[in-house]
Amino acid sequence: MVQTDLIKDPHVLTGKLHWGVIPFHDPVVAPVMFAAILGGLALLALITYKGWWGYLWKEWFTSVDHKKIGIMYCIVALVMLVRGFSDAILMRTHQALATSDAFGEGYLPPEHYDQIFTAHGVIMIFFVATPLMVGIMNVIMPLQIGARDVAYPFLNSLSFYLFLVGALLVNISLFVGEFAATGWLAYTPLSGIEYSPGVGVDYWIWALQISGIGTTLTAVNFVATILKMRAPGMTMMKMPVFTWTTFCANVIALVIFPILTVAIAQLTLDRYLDFNFFTNDDGGNQMMWVNLIWAWGHPEVYFLVLPAFGMISEVTATFSRKRLFGYVSLIWATIAIMLLSFLVWLHHFFTMGSGASVNAFFGIMTMIIGIPTGVKLYNWIFTMYKGRVELTASMWWVIAMLITFTVGGMTGVMLSIPANDFVLHNSMFVPAHFHNVIIGGAVYGYFAGFTYWFPKATGVKLNETLGKWSVALWFFGYFFAWIPLYYTGFDGMTRRLQYVDNPDWQLPMYIALIGVAMIAAGIGTQVINIAWSIYKRNDPQYKDVTGDPWDAHTLEWYTTSPPQFYNFGDVPYIKDRDPLLNMKQEGIAYKRPEKYSRIHMPKNTWAGPVLGLLTLPMGFGFVWHIWWMVIASVAAIFACWVKLNFERDKDYYVEVPEVERIEDEFLKSNEGRSFYFEKHAKYYKKWKPTDQNDSSVVAK
Amino acid sequence: MSSSETGPGGQAHGSVKEYVIGLILSIVLTIIPFYLVMSGVGSDTFTVITIVVAAIAQVLVQMVFFLHMNGSSEQTWLTASAVYTVFILLFVIVGSLWIFEHLNHNMLMGH
Repeated sequence: MVQTDLIKDPHVLTGKLHWGVIPFHDPVVAPVMFAAILGGLALLALITYKGWWGYLWKEWFTSVDHKKIGIMYCIVALVMLVRGFSDAILMRTHQALATSDAFGEGYLPPEHYDQIFTAHGVIMIFFVATPLMVGIMNVIMPLQIGARDVAYPFLNSLSFYLFLVGALLVNISLFVGEFAATGWLAYTPLSGIEYSPGVGVDYWIWALQISGIGTTLTAVNFVATILKMRAPGMTMMKMPVFTWTTFCANVIALVIFPILTVAIAQLTLDRYLDFNFFTNDDGGNQMMWVNLIWAWGHPEVYFLVLPAFGMISEVTATFSRKRLFGYVSLIWATIAIMLLSFLVWLHHFFTMGSGASVNAFFGIMTMIIGIPTGVKLYNWIFTMYKGRVELTASMWWVIAMLITFTVGGMTGVMLSIPANDFVLHNSMFVPAHFHNVIIGGAVYGYFAGFTYWFPKATGVKLNETLGKWSVALWFFGYFFAWIPLYYTGFDGMTRRLQYVDNPDWQLPMYIALIGVAMIAAGIGTQVINIAWSIYKRNDPQYKDVTGDPWDAHTLEWYTTSPPQFYNFGDVPYIKDRDPLLNMKQEGIAYKRPEKYSRIHMPKNTWAGPVLGLLTLPMGFGFVWHIWWMVIASVAAIFACWVKLNFERDKDYYVEVPEVERIEDEFLKSNEGRSFYFEKHAKYYKKWKPTDQNDSSVVAK
Repeated sequence: MSSSETGPGGQAHGSVKEYVIGLILSIVLTIIPFYLVMSGVGSDTFTVITIVVAAIAQVLVQMVFFLHMNGSSEQTWLTASAVYTVFILLFVIVGSLWIFEHLNHNMLMGH
């Protein structure tokens, strides 16, 4: 591997950079690097040849449209999923080979293997799960509440580019220098300058610092949007569940990401300016890093999983053809999790040396937080109970989630008992547990939502058969990959082993390898599915003409697919928790309003991509100690910021004739539709409107 | 969204007088702990307590004079978010202090 710590005095122009940091001779990385460079050049050449730059710049890169930003988030997330999953394949193949006498010691040297498990964790959490979720929230949440955009459209664009810079830095580290070899949370003192003198941890620092600030800004944006921009009549307790969970998740993010920012800033001071916050000597306390990073890190997992719960709720209610069972209890469970998630972080380090009372408190709090989570599972099960369940591909994801997440939750309760942690801490059992809840809870939820809302975002329905195949492959692949590792964890196998010296664990490693191959097939099926469905986009079987392919209940389906840039021609008055179903039943859905009024919209801006991407040379300069680059980037950011603040031409109006033209065409496509509730009138007769006693409902 | 003309309705923006009082108070509350630490006048316990009190006072001053918070009803969300923030701060700070007191005791750190 490359040596980045050899140069003690950075060069004034190139910092610590030199040719030796590029892994030309690494048998694993070099082919990937050449393939990536060739592929990248081919893509750029294609865009230039087709003359797409102008279109991309005007319609996508500078866009402040929440739907387009959301789609860009999802694209980057799916690309990074492939990157992060390649790391998983490397780890599983390596451990399978490193256990057996026949194959010797595997093929990855320790310092490379360590970087791979670090990169895998960082990528999957920060650059796959987070952006996939933020992407779906971006597209759907404003539509669900009847808003025309988020509260701060430019800030949304800036958040996206800050996140993108973080992802780029992680990918650059693969080819220029090295990545952290410390585990995904870079525990001190290992991540301090004394034990990690190379640039790996610096890449980690700047990738997370920059993208983390993007996430904080997103949280500000979404909280403001939900509180201030709901459609008339939509009180808090009439908000769709996905909007509620988005709200709670972003309230969590708003509070925790500053902890991450400050903790990383302190580590930066330690590494760059010889501070001693987290060192062993001179009054530093390395356990304070563990404490702070988990005060961020535990609420972070609820930030990831709450919106997935929201997606599961929407999908279940729609395809069970019922209202969600126990809406109020589900909302309060979400709020309870939002508060309790701040009281459990110590369970990540029960064995650190706190006494019995501290461990008991945090252990009990961890068990308690399982209760509101369990409430939700029953909400979904009882929603399906006596419903007319339609087993679409998104519903398959829901069922896969209910089963897998329950298993993960139970192993979580096992780990919440402090005494168990003295056996299981740092064993393979722990990764098996958190993959169980993150894949089973969050990722399956995202995929359910992704499949469900794909037609809304793109106007194209995904192929159901391929979708079900990917669920099946993921579902069984997950259990094949991780049940053996639960077993080896119980048997004493520690996590992050570069060499596995117990022959008894050979078979489990092989079974896990089969599992990862199945998941690979599942991801492959998803990629093929997306490509195939988009290829067949004009086929009537795939095209979503009405904007409401599932005959659903909530407001995002009350517009075209993909929605117009202004979202809704006329925002209806909300009288019910399931506004669209309510409007369909009252016979006022998809009817022309008396008059349209002109619509106030934000203009696209250069500032998002320019300001955001300027942090890339800043971060890169910091990593390699190229100070002129840092100073120049910061100066340029400041100059752009000043220029942006003097711009006044930021908004425009869509005039009534244009709105009328677009809306008439849309309403025509919905003429003469017969809705599900009409065809099954008997089934729907027993339903009562939710808000008969709600005094906040007033006639329009 | 035109930034020039959008002002949230119903919230006070404060007067110059308010901002000046806030500025002076926050400067004073910064100078006191600095002076105590730099000069070493008081005992250690006294200095630590003064820093903590000054820090809390600083937060309150900023909330009242710069964020214009008060108990009026149109500010329900502001008040709710402030209460929430205070609770979370207490969770994290008191929790950390408790954890580290235990840790130092058990692991014989800081002795």
